[in-house]
Amino acid sequence: MGTSSTLDATFAALADPTRRAILARLATGDATVTELAAPFAMSQPAVSKHLRVLERAGLVRRGRDAQRRPCHLVAEPLKAATAWLAGYRDYWEASYRQLDDLLKDLQP
Amino acid sequence: MTPPLRSPGLQVTEAGATGLVLTRDFAAPAPLVFAALTRPELLRRWHGAHGWHLTGCEVDLRPGGAWRFVSHGPGGAEMEMYGEFREVEPPVRLVQTEIHRGWPEGAALVTTVLAETGGHTTMTVTVRYPSPEIRDQVVRTPMRRGAGEAYDRLAALLDLLDQEKRDRS
Repeated sequence: MGTSSTLDATFAALADPTRRAILARLATGDATVTELAAPFAMSQPAVSKHLRVLERAGLVRRGRDAQRRPCHLVAEPLKAATAWLAGYRDYWEASYRQLDDLLKDLQP
Repeated sequence: MTPPLRSPGLQVTEAGATGLVLTRDFAAPAPLVFAALTRPELLRRWHGAHGWHLTGCEVDLRPGGAWRFVSHGPGGAEMEMYGEFREVEPPVRLVQTEIHRGWPEGAALVTTVLAETGGHTTMTVTVRYPSPEIRDQVVRTPMRRGAGEAYDRLAALLDLLDQEKRDRS
């Protein structure tokens, strides 16, 4: 999967508020589906469905423990996405800083 | 509308499915900013970063007039964008089409508005891409403009994750 389709999968997975909340919860530590479902007015199957989207996007990994299968946040795709974003924004901000300097030079 | 991305200067927000808004303040009056955005001898002095610079710059500043930028970057990379002015109202408003060489079809519509307050000028650039595919193509190249609602969502999520991290430490 290329960088672009990886980013697409990451952003598609992030497009849903419940999935963002699940990721925010996992940022505090691993959790089971039951634990993840607790704060949401949502059934465990509904939460599992969101988890599958997050797993496919590579944002969540499930543990091997057959009973609990704890969910773990995988930060790398998020880091890749922000690194790309930072690069893009740095580029234009750097260009506009050159414009700042030029505008300063042009004024008496 | 999702919250704007955090930035020391440049702000980027989404506007609909194919739109993008860039906002930036400059410590100069609007006529000067307008000149810097439209006069080739000034554009050449600031446009580009990270090894990219304008090598070709033609601007026929009137409605229906053509413009063309050629930029060279690291490793001999080259890109070209061109289009036509639709509205030219110095020093407050500029509407132009923008096509990047290699785009499948269609032109972006770029509207630049300058608002001066007390010698400072706020520039708002609204870009409407012809399709989500072209916006994808734009966002893949760091040289080119691009952003989208997903990035705002990502920024919001990262804010949240940062907050969580701070709360735990």
